[in-house]
Amino acid sequence: MIADLGIAFGRVVFVMMFVLNLGGLLTWVERKQSAIMQDRIGANRASILGLRLFGLFHPLADAIKMLTKEDFRPARADRFLFGLAPFVSVFFALVAFASIPFGDVLHVSGREIPLQAVTLNVGVLYVFAMLSLGVYGVMMAGWSSGNNFALLGGQRAAALMISAEIAIGASIIGVIMVYGSLDLQSIARAQGELLWGWIPKWGILTQPLAFVLFLTAGIASTKRIPFDTPEGESEIIGYFVEYSGMKFGMFAMADFLETVVVAGMTTALFLGGWQVPYLVAAGFHFPWGATLALPPLVVTLLQVGSFITKVVVMIFFLMLIRWTLPRFRYDQAMRLGWLGLFPLSIANIVLTGLVLLATRPA
Amino acid sequence: MMARAAFLVIAGIAVAAALALVLRRNTVHGALFLVVNLGCVAALYLMLGAIFLAAAQIIVYAGAIMVLFVFAIMVLIPGKEETGPDPRRTWRLLAAPLGGALLLELILLVVGRTAAPAPTGAAPSDNVAAIGRLLFTDYLLPFELTSVLLLAAMVGVLLLARSREGSAEPQGAGPEASVRGSAKPQGSEPEASLR
Repeated sequence: MIADLGIAFGRVVFVMMFVLNLGGLLTWVERKQSAIMQDRIGANRASILGLRLFGLFHPLADAIKMLTKEDFRPARADRFLFGLAPFVSVFFALVAFASIPFGDVLHVSGREIPLQAVTLNVGVLYVFAMLSLGVYGVMMAGWSSGNNFALLGGQRAAALMISAEIAIGASIIGVIMVYGSLDLQSIARAQGELLWGWIPKWGILTQPLAFVLFLTAGIASTKRIPFDTPEGESEIIGYFVEYSGMKFGMFAMADFLETVVVAGMTTALFLGGWQVPYLVAAGFHFPWGATLALPPLVVTLLQVGSFITKVVVMIFFLMLIRWTLPRFRYDQAMRLGWLGLFPLSIANIVLTGLVLLATRPA
Repeated sequence: MMARAAFLVIAGIAVAAALALVLRRNTVHGALFLVVNLGCVAALYLMLGAIFLAAAQIIVYAGAIMVLFVFAIMVLIPGKEETGPDPRRTWRLLAAPLGGALLLELILLVVGRTAAPAPTGAAPSDNVAAIGRLLFTDYLLPFELTSVLLLAAMVGVLLLARSREGSAEPQGAGPEASVRGSAKPQGSEPEASLR
């Protein structure tokens, strides 16, 4: 009983710490990556006892700065909702990762430990639901500020996120059809099968169109460049103009956390989740016949490492896009969502259905 | 014991949120309380083992429909000071008898069946497949009729939005506005989305 509770607690804490710390680290990655891309040096001033560590202390300095700043509330603001909004934003971004598996089921001394925070047989829907609830934080922030520009920013955010989520939902359906499950763990497991005996059956190969559509819509749902019309920190006014201090920081954090969630979902659905090519429970089984037996613990560590690597690479890619593309105008983003992504997702569903019907084993 | 306590807490929050929805003067607050209420109902589904229903409840009602409600309330309904008193004030007199009748019906229903139907033996571990099978066998006709109804509603909305295009005011920069912008894919879109 105690052991079970401890294991459950450990799983939840591991996922939460993974997402939170990765999200915090992303502020540093964003600065350094953009600096390298633009041939700058980037943040390197924060130092502890002369130690600078490539600016790794900057997230820490940021946190101290945000926490000690004045927490200002406009006179016309709705007191309760103004305070609640950033928490709603962060909460739903944080819990969304819970059903994404970071490893296969672990067998330790007769116990089965699924390597994910919660096992849900509708895991895909859960992540999707949590992402869609995140809209409320943004809308509440825009409305409760008592500022028309913030309200308009909130409206832009809501419209953008709704159109992105519809495209996300429609593009996921193709993946669900191919792997025949709503459970992220069984989707990840099914991606370990081999196509024609040697190609790993990853989602990016079976559903290439859905991968592009999901990634585009996913970037839009994080409200980051090129889809940052709701925020537009530097030029246009966004939903969090009236926020200062840590509450402002929480909105920025929610965007980073959503980036982690989108990268995690992309990994779980399209990049084989925790799968390492040709690695099965007993060790490597290469298609040319060679085998390499490995102890179960090493296999699990390799799988978890593979998952984390894929998520980090995915985040790096998302950041690359963020520093490469210019911002879409609001109507362009809307048109892309409703006239580009959504119809293409529907076409992908129809196409997937036809292919599945044609290749069905009789 | 635990389940009972959890049920009482969730049901209590649900009732409180429903009361707040009716009693709050601020419409945005009311709508957000309705979201809380829908979330509690989803939690009750979850306690009954209907995980898929709970997820669908959150996605469809809390995540999609209520977002649009809140969106519309924030944009379209100004504060009381701008509209003045409600012109249809007298209609409210109807609310009490109608609500009372509904309450009476509910009480009669609940009193009528004291023993709750026993839960079906099979653990609903994979109720997604079960619901899918039911929808496409026993309930195929209602399912298809619902989709036709939704299709009709969608076409109707497009028609309403289109007929206003001639007038000078460009109303609302929502998703509909951009859909309206280009004519070509409209015909295929609503049909396809229901398939």
